[in-house]
Amino acid sequence: MADARIQVPQSVKRGENFEVKIAIRHGMETGYRVDDVGKQIPRNVIRELVCKYNGAEAMRVDMSSGFAANPLLQFWLVARDSGEITFEWVDDAGTRFAERASLTVSG
Amino acid sequence: MSRWFARALRPAFAFASAFIIAIALAAPLHAQERVLPLNELKSGLEFNGADVRNLQGDDFANPGMLWVERGEKLWSTPAGAGGQSCASCHQDAKASMKGVSARYPAFDTQSRRLLNVEGRINACRTEKQKAEAFKPESEDLLALAAYVNHQSRGLPVNASIAGGAREHYDRGRVFYYTRRGQMNMSCATCHEQNFGKRLYAETISQGHPNAYPTYRLEWQTLGSLQRRLRACLFGVRAEQLPYGSQELLDLELFLAWRAQGLPVETPGVRR
Repeated sequence: MADARIQVPQSVKRGENFEVKIAIRHGMETGYRVDDVGKQIPRNVIRELVCKYNGAEAMRVDMSSGFAANPLLQFWLVARDSGEITFEWVDDAGTRFAERASLTVSG
Repeated sequence: MSRWFARALRPAFAFASAFIIAIALAAPLHAQERVLPLNELKSGLEFNGADVRNLQGDDFANPGMLWVERGEKLWSTPAGAGGQSCASCHQDAKASMKGVSARYPAFDTQSRRLLNVEGRINACRTEKQKAEAFKPESEDLLALAAYVNHQSRGLPVNASIAGGAREHYDRGRVFYYTRRGQMNMSCATCHEQNFGKRLYAETISQGHPNAYPTYRLEWQTLGSLQRRLRACLFGVRAEQLPYGSQELLDLELFLAWRAQGLPVETPGVRR
């Protein structure tokens, strides 16, 4: 099931900067909350998120309880070759996620 | 009877007549009278700051869109014994669901009951798909409701109170104007008599239902209108009615009638 949305431009000129956005549906449970009967809710946040551009690591985020639920990340990359931008992330529960988007570079 | 006795009674008469007038004022307002005229309705969005308004206005940044997208996938995912998906009957939601949720809650003439969008989705699941009903506030129910309501975005809220819906509307209206809870407040105390003023850091809105399911920053997730209504009941320290209760449904219909003409905003973003 879709747990993230990725936005990259449809096409971009070689050498230009382009913006990458990713929104992830994740509760980012801080570990500080208690449930209705006072039991601590275990922490479950995305621990690490890696973005690769054609297989090469382009960005890495170490995330923690300080992030809001359903985080939105925006950053810039330099266009080199057409190909894929992939995201992989893992949370405290050990669940691994992956999403990808394709990019066309002209010129 | 002496003149003295009549004079002594005069204040009592005055008191009694004042009491009768008070009763007349407290009696339910004329059943279709609008306290907020249609041209003075303001979406809850207008009572939020620029940051919240921008978050809702940006279709990528709006976190509610994550649920809309999930709902789009669920729409064509088969469920239940018949292996049917929503799309099996309703085809493309972008065409078939356009404007539908703007008419909800609606009275279902077959089952003779009032259904909101969530109720309609669950009725479809149990009766047509032969699948298990979604639990209230479950991620999948919120996602489908958000997806269906999203198809009406920009269209005016226009729920009917004719026919079988009328008695639900009447009961919803009485609920709205009835004081309740330890704070002894009615919905109208805040949302009709004091909107625009502040409750500590909060600006009180007119309390319209046109953006639900809504992403509330306080909740850090998407939530239904009934979740919001339950939060209001908690706020005035009244009994929190269970999800799907008839009182909440009737109130939803009254709120929809009250918000007539406001554009659907689903998925909304609120503080």
